[in-house]
Amino acid sequence: MAEDNIMLKLTGVGKKFDDVAVLKDVNFTLEKGQIMGLVGENGAGKSTLMRIIFGMNVIAETGGYDGEVFFDGNKAAFTSPQDALKAGIGMVHQEFSLIPGFTTTENILLNMEKTKPNVISKVFGKTLETLDMPKMRERAAHAFQTLGVNLSTDELVSEMPVGHKQFIEIAREIDREHVKMLVLDEPTAVLTESEAEILLAAMRKIAEMGISIIFISHRLAEITSVCDKIVVLRDGVVVVENSTAGVSVHQIADWMVGRESSADAVAAKRHEEKGPSGSDFVFEVKNLWVDMPGETVRDVSFKVRRGEIFGIGGLAGHGKLGVPNGIMGLSPAGGIVSFDGKEVSLNSPISALNGGLAFVSEDRRGVGLLLDEPIDWNICFNAMQVQGKFLKKVLGVVPIRDEKAMSACARQYIEELSIKCTGEKQLVKQLSGGNQQKICLAKAFALSPSFLIVAEPTRGIDVGAKQLVLEALRRYNRENGTTILMISSELEELRQTCDRIAIICEGKIAGVRAPETNAVDFGLLMSGEIRDDVEETA
Amino acid sequence: MNKRMRYILVNSAVPLLFILISAVAIPISNFSGMYLLSEIITRLTRNSFMVLSLLLPVMAGMGINFGLILGAMAGQIGLIFVTEWGILGAGGLTVAAIVGTPIAILFGWFAGNVLNRAKGREMITSMIFGLFMSGIYQFFLLYLCGSIIPFSRPNLILSRGYGVRNAIDLEVMGGFDNLLKVWVNGIAFPVGTFIIIGVLCVFTWWFRKTKLGQNMRAVGLDLDVSGSSGIPVEKTRMQAVIISTVLSCYGQIIYLQNVGSLNTYNGADQAALFAAAALLVGGATVSRATVVNGIVGTALFHLNFIVMPVAGKNLTGQAMLGEYFRMFVSYGIVTTALILHAWSRKKNTDSARAERK
Repeated sequence: MAEDNIMLKLTGVGKKFDDVAVLKDVNFTLEKGQIMGLVGENGAGKSTLMRIIFGMNVIAETGGYDGEVFFDGNKAAFTSPQDALKAGIGMVHQEFSLIPGFTTTENILLNMEKTKPNVISKVFGKTLETLDMPKMRERAAHAFQTLGVNLSTDELVSEMPVGHKQFIEIAREIDREHVKMLVLDEPTAVLTESEAEILLAAMRKIAEMGISIIFISHRLAEITSVCDKIVVLRDGVVVVENSTAGVSVHQIADWMVGRESSADAVAAKRHEEKGPSGSDFVFEVKNLWVDMPGETVRDVSFKVRRGEIFGIGGLAGHGKLGVPNGIMGLSPAGGIVSFDGKEVSLNSPISALNGGLAFVSEDRRGVGLLLDEPIDWNICFNAMQVQGKFLKKVLGVVPIRDEKAMSACARQYIEELSIKCTGEKQLVKQLSGGNQQKICLAKAFALSPSFLIVAEPTRGIDVGAKQLVLEALRRYNRENGTTILMISSELEELRQTCDRIAIICEGKIAGVRAPETNAVDFGLLMSGEIRDDVEETA
Repeated sequence: MNKRMRYILVNSAVPLLFILISAVAIPISNFSGMYLLSEIITRLTRNSFMVLSLLLPVMAGMGINFGLILGAMAGQIGLIFVTEWGILGAGGLTVAAIVGTPIAILFGWFAGNVLNRAKGREMITSMIFGLFMSGIYQFFLLYLCGSIIPFSRPNLILSRGYGVRNAIDLEVMGGFDNLLKVWVNGIAFPVGTFIIIGVLCVFTWWFRKTKLGQNMRAVGLDLDVSGSSGIPVEKTRMQAVIISTVLSCYGQIIYLQNVGSLNTYNGADQAALFAAAALLVGGATVSRATVVNGIVGTALFHLNFIVMPVAGKNLTGQAMLGEYFRMFVSYGIVTTALILHAWSRKKNTDSARAERK
């Protein structure tokens, strides 16, 4: 392999965010005209890696990175995405960066429009040159031809099916004159099967033109069919850099999740000391859809047993966070949700709360807490608003806050959950992430809920605090018999905590498994390689 | 087909509503067709330039630029100075425009800076900023003119010795209107003014096809996407506001040369409101407005303006209702149009959601 045939080379790349290493000593090379599949679980470091390559500002703002990136023979030190674009790196993001009210042509040539001069522009400068629409249409048509898709150059993007929008994005990148490498982040996630095939064929064509491609996908079958080589990231480390020849989907899933057997052991142990889960179904969700930006839920049905901890996992963007936000009325939703035989009306947080449901939001600082208020206020707020607790009546009529009861309650939870603070009057914004999370839990516990929903309970908190939070959840479940629905991106955490785990893929439940199930199985469920098609009952 | 029809109906709900109201009110008012036609022509001459000056900020996604009273004030300052200098006719108006332009650019630059710090709240911000700048304008005319800035004509200055009078007769009256006046069947067509308005229409249409116009459309449709594709978002918005302010300066000059007298201290106050109402009546929304919306809206809105008070008088027998009807109708239109806009947007997201499922 000659040195001048290499498009991208990473040597010893590492990255830390606040002393937490996200990437450690990443090395790999990508040849010209090669397609590389990049796979890894949530938080494996894929996004961070792409941000480094693309010169995103966040990287420099958080102290830069270690190691070196070489692009097309030169050391790459991009300080902004614009630099990377100029050097010839094109990126297609997961979320569309298209302007819906523009036609396909206008979008493809956005800010790269072909213009021709006129009298006025000669006086007032280039920005007043008129657009050369025929020439622009020609360029767009050429890009479509390269991709092998048959799309109109004058259609409004807002009126196109989602799958076609993806092609517009890619057409935009390959229309750039000096593009040498493309990064495609989950481009097939929104495509139908036949559209995905067209895209894969197009990728091969682009690669034949000498353009290298980094292809990020959770659909492992696509990786094996289209890529020349595969790089698997796990916990910030490249675990495999290999040719895809002869590699099976099952093997990739194994590399992706393959934890040490200790996790399996913990899961098994957890299973033995299982809480008081009954046999009847207390909570039922049927054909739920939720319109939450970036976390769309299409059609989800599941049942939760009384007293169990039911986990929902899946990759980011597949809708696992949409489920709780839809049930609690925070995002527009439809379908049937019933608790204890009574239907919970959707799109109304108060009726969900009145129905005995409590929610610990993944958006701790935005939805979960009143940051500028003291701890006791935060803990008692929902209970006061929803259930009228912590109120006393002046002259038997006017209800006012019962500060004493609030303080007592707050002190109780501070002790129980070992919240580190100066006292119940400390402002919540002064606490660390882990302690804030405990306040969120306490706030939910104060409602004495019969059903508790926790979303991403350990997001952004350190390892020690994580265990405490999970332990608090398990204890609450055992001691009060509260049924818990827990949503988390971390499979390991779900396996440690839950009695059953559902995996969501592309807005639908791919399957429900016991926590001691082989990790590879979960990996395959997440990537949609396995899908239980019968409505789950067990 | 059915869906397309509904889309058109939803989008032209406001003009249809107004045509309906006019259809009921015209017979009650007893006005003759000829009279209404000549009135509408007068109103088009007066107001359409001002209405059209609102188009670019809408295109750039900044909603209705209520800050165009800044431009109107600049135009008024220009007119006061040409009256002081005694320049007459179309030449006087041109000089007023030349004096007003740099002031309008400066005001527009101020407004653009403020609005770039208030993304998503441009309409209310521009309204309040306009009221604030109105205070500075009044300070300038009340205390600086005639004291620091010498004025030679006593009929412009208050009897106390400084400060501009609150009503001024404009000697440049009809400067553009009389350039090429054509009489047809007893109705006067001020062709000179119409040519100026026509030039603005052509300019606006042409501008959409330029690179800068394309940038403005992109910025108006999606700030983040435009920004990430390298379009200078803030600069583009600034340019939209400045052009709009300068155009509204010319708009106010055209308006006042037709009216003939200047209400110095609150002549500009309602300019933005009436222009906005007219544009919205024409079927524009705060996110989409065309030249046709502007012209149709001006005609329809002023038709109602003429007809409604008289119709109201004929119905109730009270003559006092005129001004009340004007204010009620125009604020009502803006409110209705804003509510209808929110409603049609909700309809669109609902149908988009239904499609995705």
